[in-house]
Amino acid sequence: MGYLIETVYFLTAVVFIVGLKRMSHPTTARSGIVWAGYGMVLATLFSFAHPQIQAGPGNYVLMVIAIAIGGVIAWWGAKKVEMTAMPQMIAIYNGMGGGAAAAIAAVELLKDHGGGGPETHVLIMAVAGALIGAVAFSGSVIAFGKLQELKFFKDDAKFRFTGQQKFNAAVFGTAVVLGLVIALTHSSNGALISVFFLLALAFGAMMALPIGGADMPVVISLFNAFTGLAVALEGFVLGNSAMIIAGIIVGSSGTLLTLMMAKAMNRSVSNVLFSNWAALASGEAQAVTGSLKAMEPPDAAIQMAYASKVIIVPGYGMAVAQAQHKIWEMCKLLIERDVVVKFAIHPVAGRMPGHMNVLLAEAGVPYDLIFDMDEINEEFSTADVALVIGANDVVNPAARTDKSSPIYGMPILNVDYAKNVQVIKRGKGVGFAGIENALFFADNTRMVYGDAQKVTAGLIQGIKDLG
Amino acid sequence: MEAVVSFFSPIYILMLAAILGYEIIGKVPVILHTPLMSGTNFVHGIVLVGAMVALGQAVTPLEQAIGFLAVLLGAGNAVGGYFVTERMLEMFKSSKGQEK
Repeated sequence: MGYLIETVYFLTAVVFIVGLKRMSHPTTARSGIVWAGYGMVLATLFSFAHPQIQAGPGNYVLMVIAIAIGGVIAWWGAKKVEMTAMPQMIAIYNGMGGGAAAAIAAVELLKDHGGGGPETHVLIMAVAGALIGAVAFSGSVIAFGKLQELKFFKDDAKFRFTGQQKFNAAVFGTAVVLGLVIALTHSSNGALISVFFLLALAFGAMMALPIGGADMPVVISLFNAFTGLAVALEGFVLGNSAMIIAGIIVGSSGTLLTLMMAKAMNRSVSNVLFSNWAALASGEAQAVTGSLKAMEPPDAAIQMAYASKVIIVPGYGMAVAQAQHKIWEMCKLLIERDVVVKFAIHPVAGRMPGHMNVLLAEAGVPYDLIFDMDEINEEFSTADVALVIGANDVVNPAARTDKSSPIYGMPILNVDYAKNVQVIKRGKGVGFAGIENALFFADNTRMVYGDAQKVTAGLIQGIKDLG
Repeated sequence: MEAVVSFFSPIYILMLAAILGYEIIGKVPVILHTPLMSGTNFVHGIVLVGAMVALGQAVTPLEQAIGFLAVLLGAGNAVGGYFVTERMLEMFKSSKGQEK
């Protein structure tokens, strides 16, 4: 039986790797997840016959019940979730994985070793996996709460206090020491193990609490890498090669993804974890000169209808207003008039890199009309109209020019180089970073005020009226 | 010698898997970052099989309870991770694909 299980796990690992590889290109991506899904089903089914399972039939019944409950709840949640809420959904599923890894460690540690049992280095790995998994679990739950905008988490500031980092470090340090004591003494003392887990869970929550919503994607990605690592460590403990390989791949790819996200936001990972925007914004930003010039939707529609090239810059505001379907409807009208339409996506548009692409795909926008910042930034100077909808900080030219601005140095879309700029905006408020946007005051910019959906409906009507 | 080999082989697995993970992600376009993060999230749902083994070995009621929780959470990770990823990837279509 052992050979059969190992063969199945080997095949699972191969299928996961091929699946992830296929997921890295849009045309094969869907088949990638399906491949990986087959691997998971195969591994799960054969694990019922795992030779390490020795206990009676009662445990099999528990297994089936647990899989049924966990599976059905997760399936239901995954089918119901709105595309805008995807980031927090990923966070909660990731937290479940971390929690599972920590729980596996708890079972292993609580077993009465009777002085013998696993070797010390195995116990150290069990404890390390438990710590990382528990942190990923409680941290992800907090991340979910914050992105879901639950009332309790509304105010980031109330979770910040002086000496916070030292306090967190002390909690973490105590957990590490307790973990080492458990591993080195081969202890299966319930009280000791409980305190260790409570400290680990507390640290994960305290780590995530003070972090603002804008930085959350980086943190979720980091917790994703954590869970991978925890799974791999518990894989070593159980001698399970599928867990080791899958866990390590997620650990390393998740780490790289975290670094890429942080870089796109012009933040370092340590910056995200240990500080916040408010503390960063030093000194007064340069005063913005010029005036805001409003424009009505029919005029904006005419400008676009007679353009030869329009670049659309969507932001999270568009998704909140659910305007992406209307925007695509408008684009189809423009394309019928032989206007070249392209979408420009900033790496942090939406709530995490790639989130905006998902939202546009949901509305039916083909992915070959959607371009990354690096691909399209050169093209703004040849565009007749750049339409900014629900985006703000990512098109603020101050990031290029104003050294005192908190977003200075962040790569931005060069929208201001277009011949005409239209900005659809609800009101005169400032963006996530809390700063004025010089783009809105530029000579070639017109502001189209109003709810994104209503304005877009007005634009569609305007284009249709031209016949 | 055998002991040395069995000590080092997991370390080789670890190194190769780490490089592989890094390589796979390194070439991914930004447009797929969110689905891919979700996809890797699904992959570590393999923790489910470990949870099943842990529950299978549980003897005392406390061990069984924690093992049950592990399987429940692991199944949630695997199933939820699969369906959100699939939902996102299903929507990616090129303009040629749309005309069908």
